[in-house]
Amino acid sequence: MKVFEIKEILDAEIICGEEFLDREVFAACGSDMMSDVLAYVKEQAVLLSGLVNPQVVRTAEMMDMQCIVFVRGKQPDQGIIDLARDRDIVLLSTKQTMFASCGMLYEKGLRGGAMK
Amino acid sequence: MSNLTLHYNVPGDDFTRAGEASGSVKRTLKDLGFSPEMVRKVVIALYEAEINLVIHAGGGEIDVEISPESVDMVLTDKGPGIPDVEMAMKEGYSTAPDNVRSLGFGAGMGLPNIKKYTDEMKIDSVVGEGTTMYLKVYNN
Repeated sequence: MKVFEIKEILDAEIICGEEFLDREVFAACGSDMMSDVLAYVKEQAVLLSGLVNPQVVRTAEMMDMQCIVFVRGKQPDQGIIDLARDRDIVLLSTKQTMFASCGMLYEKGLRGGAMK
Repeated sequence: MSNLTLHYNVPGDDFTRAGEASGSVKRTLKDLGFSPEMVRKVVIALYEAEINLVIHAGGGEIDVEISPESVDMVLTDKGPGIPDVEMAMKEGYSTAPDNVRSLGFGAGMGLPNIKKYTDEMKIDSVVGEGTTMYLKVYNN
């Protein structure tokens, strides 16, 4: 699934990284617990999170994640946006809840990826 | 190629900067041409360990030695030490305060994650003096 499809499915706002919307993601992970993301995500994935702090971007960086979706309309501050821009990571924000966001993406064919 | 050594001071009072050292190591390994799988193993382990320095130890130092065969990491702190290393290694065991949990860490996954992604892991800890952690990932 391409990042722009995620944006459309979740009716999400692009916060930064509009130049990377044609990137492909192969899996998704929804979590507010970054250690779980570090433990279980394997494929090039999109991260959905209700947590808004710089460590969400850093976790995505370490995991080669292309895109982060902040759920429940959460908005990152400028420091987080600057970090994501510097690391070429797309930031999206959707008004949907975590549960609904994951369900909508799953319904359109995105999967969680293999557990290690 | 001679071994490349890197040194980082990790400040203990700024959670927003936690991960800078790991990000820098990641970019270096990538530039040197290590495989994505190797880079991922090293940086996940190092990132968790770096977060631990900030959460538990009031900061510390990281030394990294990169050779074609392996990446060796030594993390040193003068924090409170770990009273029971065996207990600390268990998944779900955490001594992190609630404010750390609200930041996305502190679920008792840090040390188990580090063990999972490294080939060798050794912890020397003295309560009241500090902790040194040795990590090794082979490039194969």
